[in-house]
Amino acid sequence: MEAKEKYVLRLADNALILGQRLGEWCGHGPILEQDIALTNVALDLIGQSRMLYQYAAELKNDGSTEDDIAMKRDVFDFYNVLMVEQENGDWGKTIVRQFFYDTYNYFLYEALCTSTDQRLGEIARKSFKEIAYHAQFSAEWVIRFGDGTSESHERVQAAVDDLWEFTGEMFTPDEIDLAMTEAGIAPDLNQIAAQWKRKVTQILDIATLKMPESSFMQKGGKVGEHSEYLGFILAELQFMQRAYPGMQW
Amino acid sequence: MSNNKDNWKIWEIFIRSKNGISHKHVGSLHAPDAEIAIKNARDVYTRRSEGISIWVVPSDQITASKPDEKEQLFAPADDKVYRHPTFYHIPDEIGHM
Amino acid sequence: MSKEEMLDMEARFERYVAAENKVEPKDWMPEKYRKTLIRQISQHAHSEVVGMLPEANWITRAPSLRRKVALLAKVQDEAGHGLYLYSAAETMGADRQDLIEDLLSGKAKYSSIFNYPTPTWADIGAIGWLVDGAAIANQVMLCRTSYGPYARAMVRICKEESFHQRQGYEIMMALAAGTPAQKKMAQDALNRWWWPSLMMFGPTDENSPNSALSMKWRIKRKSNDELRQEFIDKTVPQAEFIGLTVPDPDLKWNEERGHYDFGEIDWQEFYDVIAGNGKCNKQRLHARNVAHDNGRWVREAANAYAEKQAKRRKEESSAA
Repeated sequence: MEAKEKYVLRLADNALILGQRLGEWCGHGPILEQDIALTNVALDLIGQSRMLYQYAAELKNDGSTEDDIAMKRDVFDFYNVLMVEQENGDWGKTIVRQFFYDTYNYFLYEALCTSTDQRLGEIARKSFKEIAYHAQFSAEWVIRFGDGTSESHERVQAAVDDLWEFTGEMFTPDEIDLAMTEAGIAPDLNQIAAQWKRKVTQILDIATLKMPESSFMQKGGKVGEHSEYLGFILAELQFMQRAYPGMQW
Repeated sequence: MSNNKDNWKIWEIFIRSKNGISHKHVGSLHAPDAEIAIKNARDVYTRRSEGISIWVVPSDQITASKPDEKEQLFAPADDKVYRHPTFYHIPDEIGHM
Repeated sequence: MSKEEMLDMEARFERYVAAENKVEPKDWMPEKYRKTLIRQISQHAHSEVVGMLPEANWITRAPSLRRKVALLAKVQDEAGHGLYLYSAAETMGADRQDLIEDLLSGKAKYSSIFNYPTPTWADIGAIGWLVDGAAIANQVMLCRTSYGPYARAMVRICKEESFHQRQGYEIMMALAAGTPAQKKMAQDALNRWWWPSLMMFGPTDENSPNSALSMKWRIKRKSNDELRQEFIDKTVPQAEFIGLTVPDPDLKWNEERGHYDFGEIDWQEFYDVIAGNGKCNKQRLHARNVAHDNGRWVREAANAYAEKQAKRRKEESSAA
């Protein structure tokens, strides 16, 4: 598989798996207004994944559709970061996961807007407005929970501590990332890491939350080495296509 | 009204659908503060690109006229026909004025 | 107010609504009108919110990404509709939190249709086509209901609902035109949803004691039986068009009446499900209770932060 195709799949899988996770909340949110708000984020993410899968299908050029790519690969062929497949947990954990990921996505897509790859640039420019809103939304809520009640503070601090070990993977470049940076298709992840860290430090500080000190970081998602969660996510995501192969819906 | 700690207050939402048009009342929603009220209004009332500008006002900050004063407030205007252009007679030859 | 004056006010109110005038929140209205409307609007709101559950059930399993976003957007709309309706009830002085408490405790009712399960993907098609179809018949009528805020909420809802039924019918069309396995799935869903959809319009006119008053006050404008007949007349040709069979051996076009005749509805089933004995009554109420309880700290935290911020702003301005 060509490096660019794999890179596009990483972006697509991140968006789809996180969108799928947020879809689990629909109908179960803490209040109607927030249920609607989070579903909007889910819709944006799945919409972004579709544009990216369509592009991946063009790169593959073997007649595959967006659904073929989303529904017919097994766990080891998915390249999303581990962060997005983590369980929703309580609403606070979901919001913290969003905050870590949205902030990363914000700086990443901001840079992708000027990608030398024209198609990716177009997709990024279209997605960036949505992502900018997501980043603002999750940061605002992290502040409210951190500086809300003692219960909310404890809950989100626990979520920050829990999810911290999944942040490293987003910024650790492998040969595909390096090739993309080299070609001017994607930004240098070190630069994204610095921007991310500045923003996250600032928001956690306003939220009166502590930045975890642990430096151990999980990795593997980007190369198809996943947690147990992804198998279950795919079991639901792909159920219909697997149970009724080759049909039109 | 119940006064639970988890009850968000009500906001009235006004949306400008495009520049050149006034903000129009579209309904209400619940939010803990003005910032969230605006975000909620965006998600609840502009899902189909209905607006480009949002006003949010806490419902309890609105003072309304009383319906039983409707007569004294509005009826007096009904017979002031001289406020309308059709009260004045202008010859047809003048055209539109 | 003396009893005579009250009767006079009520008579004036009846003439007022009979002349197609709208009632607005601060206008005088009979206490029973207010109570009836709060009950009806809040039941309607609860139905939208509980109605999210059987469909949300399929969001993670939708067969294609296109179907997934459509379903997500649709279930999200239901949340919006619930919200508009709670807002309409709030204009009459009701409190959303109190209304929700009544739902969660089982005191308040919601549409029984949502106590039926959605075991297959075709159920998502059937709900959109039949359940939303039946709801729309009712909602179109309510766009002209006498209480202004309710009517306005319904206008908004009807505008948004128009994609819902099309979404459902399109799913059924694809299934009915598909493989034998897909067609079987579609027919099975139609078999299970047809009769409950007819029950959505409520008991027959002679068994619906509150209807007359609602008609007089222009809350309702058509009787249960009228609406049901309209729905059947509209839906049967849609089933025929895609080659599905309506599960009613007595269904027959009646040239003389200009309507379809149809079989006897099993009202015992209707009352059983209302009484809490549907397949999913407990599951639905449980899900709503869990969501509400698990969301409490979120709602409290947001309020606590807002209070702190307000206090800080006050301190800043007094320091300046």
